[in-house]
Amino acid sequence: MESTVSMGMNRTGLDMAPVSGDDMVDFARASAQEAPPEVGDSVALHRAYIEEADPNGSVPLPGTVKGMATTGMAKLTGDKPEVFIDKLGERLAFERTGARLYEALILKCAAHQGDMTTEIRAAGTVITQGDGGAAADAGGVDLSVLKRIHDEEEAHFFLVARALTTLGADPTAVTPCADVAGVMAQGLMQTVTDPSTSVPQSLSALLTAELSDNAGWELLVELARQLGHDNMAVEFEAALADERRHLTTVKEWLRSSVLAEAA
Amino acid sequence: MAINLLDRAGGNVDDQRFTWKELVSKPISKLDDDAFTRVRVILMNGIELDALRLKQMLIRMNREARVEVAKLMRVEQHQATAINWLLSPDHSPLETTIAYEQVAIELTASVAQNESDPYLAQGYRYALLEDFDHLYRYSALLDRLEGKDANNIIQGYTDIVPGRPTLFHHRAPEDDLTEPYGRNAALGSKLNAITLTGGEYQTHDYYMNVGPTFADPLARQLYAEIASVESQHITHYGAMINPEEPPLEKLLLHEAAEVWNYNACFEQETNPRIKALWERFLDYELVHLQVAKDLFEKYERRDAAEVLGDGSLPSSVQFRSHREFVRAVLAEEAEMRKNGTRFVDAAQENTASARYREAMNAAGSPSQAVSAEYFWTPGTEINRNMGLHA
Repeated sequence: MESTVSMGMNRTGLDMAPVSGDDMVDFARASAQEAPPEVGDSVALHRAYIEEADPNGSVPLPGTVKGMATTGMAKLTGDKPEVFIDKLGERLAFERTGARLYEALILKCAAHQGDMTTEIRAAGTVITQGDGGAAADAGGVDLSVLKRIHDEEEAHFFLVARALTTLGADPTAVTPCADVAGVMAQGLMQTVTDPSTSVPQSLSALLTAELSDNAGWELLVELARQLGHDNMAVEFEAALADERRHLTTVKEWLRSSVLAEAA
Repeated sequence: MAINLLDRAGGNVDDQRFTWKELVSKPISKLDDDAFTRVRVILMNGIELDALRLKQMLIRMNREARVEVAKLMRVEQHQATAINWLLSPDHSPLETTIAYEQVAIELTASVAQNESDPYLAQGYRYALLEDFDHLYRYSALLDRLEGKDANNIIQGYTDIVPGRPTLFHHRAPEDDLTEPYGRNAALGSKLNAITLTGGEYQTHDYYMNVGPTFADPLARQLYAEIASVESQHITHYGAMINPEEPPLEKLLLHEAAEVWNYNACFEQETNPRIKALWERFLDYELVHLQVAKDLFEKYERRDAAEVLGDGSLPSSVQFRSHREFVRAVLAEEAEMRKNGTRFVDAAQENTASARYREAMNAAGSPSQAVSAEYFWTPGTEINRNMGLHA
């Protein structure tokens, strides 16, 4: 496997400071002792803003007559359909972004393997032309397995979109939790799409995503059951089973690539 | 070979072309490249953006020069892009901010020592102590918000201690002004003022753009506060530039400033790939300077030597730690204030500034809140009790 970690001229630590680091530390400490005390209350400032803050948005009103009837029915039974819709929106957003994360990783793995046959269509589906069998060894990552995971993430997106439609909700809207999921995913996307990050570093990002995704599906299954959407719960359990496999696979790829490189 | 600004440069602006791939080349390494490589990248992006700013104004006020100026702007837009895109994406906006303040400190310290006019040198030392304080406040934010050590960016070249407290930077607008250099000032004085103005503009614009991207309310406040001060600094340095210079003289001087700065970068760059870029752009700028000289002589009907003197470049900016100079200025001048264009003791400060400051800080001071009881510790203040390097 190609080496991804090496010793070099990392200049970030104090030991590498070309000018006297100890002097800098002493000067910082001495200056602090001489300086007048700062007046300012960071905690009070934060508390005031937290108290004043509005939520990041709302769950959209159902846009169809059927939807209004459905959500209205749920209201009568004492449920809050907006909670379910919000969490469905979150999963939808996460799975959609997850598919893009896997596309970025597939590109990276294929490039590291010298595999020129992999193409990623704009719509997201990964196809392989010619000899996809070259996929073998970007840190032990099997490209064909990676592509299957990608396709399953995409299928999960469609699954949640259908569930939202069944409830009369709009699968093209961004719910509050979906918005937050997007914020959380920013670092993951930055990590995987950076050409300078290695396959193991990218797998680390995917592992974070899969851990969160697993917990997300577990919650969704429980929520569907609690709200009486048993058919959905069954479908969600199947998705959860896929996600558990994704988690195990990504974790193992990361484990084996790091252990192999350290050996 | 030594550059003479009066020599006629060969080459044609129309030949200065790029591909998108050239504009977006491999970035520098946040971890392995020298901090001064990043300093030069940030500085030269600022200079190019200021070149564009000046020229956009120029085409609004000069009919004859429009075509030539438009051609120059196309190249400079792409020079700025090629340079700014060298910053690697693993820099958080706050880490980039730390780097911006390091640019301000080390560049200004170098300029202050090179400046032959005592009043202007005082002006550089004055704002130096303010950017120096900004580094301290942002370092506290980086530590307390992201759990990161600012020294990982500045690599031990620059001290992280309070300067003139940011609390005191907020002045009445009339106290931001400085006296401009005279028509016959040394070329070095003119290039210094142009360079610092461009640098501060860039810093201001960067803070105005990234400030709202932070979720943390204290970070949002701190960027709002320091962006306000950077706006004052643009005025502080911009007012040093002689307002009686006609636009084409400003163009000529700006092109000379670009040559001067690229030459300093080329002389001192340690990364061979980036050094080659500075060399390429230095060649480009000599052609741009020629265009400016031709326009100036044709439409202003004056000899470029009236502005450029004997054509020799002033002493280069020194891209190195100016620790001892900064510490000496800090010890002597942190208590200084402004009264109109004068630099005065705290007791003589314009009362309008004191009133303005009091009003702005009436509901609390972000720069004070962020750094309460903070002092820089290698490995962040969480490391303080571990005693590793502390």
